[in-house]
Amino acid sequence: MWRRREALTAWLFILPSLIGFLIFTAGPVVAAGAISLLNWNLFSAPTWAGLHNFARLGPDPTFWAALGNTAYFTLVSVPLTILVSLVLALLLNQGLQRIAVFRSLLLLPYATITVAVAFVWIWLYIPHDGLVNAVLGWFGIDGPSWLISDTWAMPALILMSVWKSFGFGMVVFLAGLQAIPQQLYEAGRVDGTSPWNSFRHITLPMLSPALFFVIVTSVIGSFQVFDQALIMTNGGPGTRTTTLVMYIYRTGFENYDQGYAAAQSLVLFAFIVLITTTQFLFQRRLVHYDN
Amino acid sequence: MTTEIRQKLVVFTCFLVTAVTLVPVVMMVLVAFQSDAESMAAKPAFWPSNWHPENLTRAFDLVPLGKYLLNTIYFAAGTTLLETVTAALAAYAFARLNFPGRRWLFGVYLATLMIPSQVTLIPQFVLVAKLHGIDTWPGMILPHAFTAIGVFLLRQFFLGIPRDYEEAARLDGANRWQAFVRVIVPLAVPAIATLAVFKFIGQWNNLLWPLVISNSDATRTASVGLQVFQDTNGTQWNLLLMAATVTTIPLIVLFFLTQRWFVRGITMSGLGGR
Repeated sequence: MWRRREALTAWLFILPSLIGFLIFTAGPVVAAGAISLLNWNLFSAPTWAGLHNFARLGPDPTFWAALGNTAYFTLVSVPLTILVSLVLALLLNQGLQRIAVFRSLLLLPYATITVAVAFVWIWLYIPHDGLVNAVLGWFGIDGPSWLISDTWAMPALILMSVWKSFGFGMVVFLAGLQAIPQQLYEAGRVDGTSPWNSFRHITLPMLSPALFFVIVTSVIGSFQVFDQALIMTNGGPGTRTTTLVMYIYRTGFENYDQGYAAAQSLVLFAFIVLITTTQFLFQRRLVHYDN
Repeated sequence: MTTEIRQKLVVFTCFLVTAVTLVPVVMMVLVAFQSDAESMAAKPAFWPSNWHPENLTRAFDLVPLGKYLLNTIYFAAGTTLLETVTAALAAYAFARLNFPGRRWLFGVYLATLMIPSQVTLIPQFVLVAKLHGIDTWPGMILPHAFTAIGVFLLRQFFLGIPRDYEEAARLDGANRWQAFVRVIVPLAVPAIATLAVFKFIGQWNNLLWPLVISNSDATRTASVGLQVFQDTNGTQWNLLLMAATVTTIPLIVLFFLTQRWFVRGITMSGLGGR
């Protein structure tokens, strides 16, 4: 008897979340599948398209460019962000007295609003005399016209993104580093272990859960890069910095081709699932959990 | 001696790295105070030769920036409030109560964690449009107020609260609701606050959804509004960056006030070595 009451109570607790979840998450996911099978511009009645929208992806050069750009962005920005976060976390963890001050200041870029700082970075990247090129000039380097250069627009976007996001990883790594028992290092020191070896055999394995978490979330995040690309380059020059999400946005809300946009978003989803699952498979071999 | 030198080197490096990192933020503020001519000159200046604090009022005169900021607060606070309350309730049921289908339903929640918001963007837009929700607050807030991540995070935390605490309250005659409100929620304040801060910052930053749903000043948020700024005025860097500064400051203040929770939340989530 009381079991049934407990079940009823449970459903009452879950109901507010469940209703919202069904209407605004689960429903739309199913609907995305349905919309991808339609020709639909939002205004006139949709017509059946079958798998045509998926077939359109193959010969669409912008789609492949967007996919390539997103891969380029992810492959460069994620390792770079992880490296910067890790080096700074290790630096801050050197038994510093004023760690909280430096940590807070270094978190500042992460705490700024992306759109606002994207505008600052346009200003820093102004060709010829912008601050970035002025600094390069001190070293006798003639800086490129960053955001309008075929070659340099994407690296410029990546540099800004690394600057914007390293703070998160840094805090996670710092939390991880501070939880490593000092005895481990002391034992290593007694045995005469070199700093590099104690990093490799103590720090890295102990930090691997944090590393794994930051890598997975960064990859998912960088597959969805949108704000800074829209503001700083608007996808240009040509399609050099058009990302997948930007292309989905353009297709759906500028060309009003909802069916094709839905098909693109499902491909993005498939890639995220594929990559995340691969990472979880690797995790079994590389991540060290204590138990 | 060598450790002392090493310490100094570490502090110096930290100092240098921090200084370089902060350049864009400092530039944003400095350019915001420059004259029109100076900020738009072909060769940008670093330090303003004359300070123009009136740029602040000029920025507010050019676009309804105050309204945009208020809208951003409504949007971020509305989604955060709804998400934390509904997620806490659901997380309690998943963590503590037995009911048929519990594991199955939680599995469905978990499965959606990997779905990027772009997949639901178009159906959500269609739904909101059908319900005449474009440019309205329910249309802005509701689709972003229920996510599985909140339920997942809070459930993890509730599982860690000893059952004895709750049992004691139950023996004193408290029902489930009273146990939740008087025992679980007070103990979970740091976790709930962490979720709230993450959610609020995320939504303050959100560009895509407001860009799609809001099409007038009634609901336009600051992140979308900054773009309008650039469209209508060419690139008047001083006023644009003044507006950017004003939009960023509330977030930075909030971030620093709640940083303790934020950092503790990360530590709590079990990512430390241990």
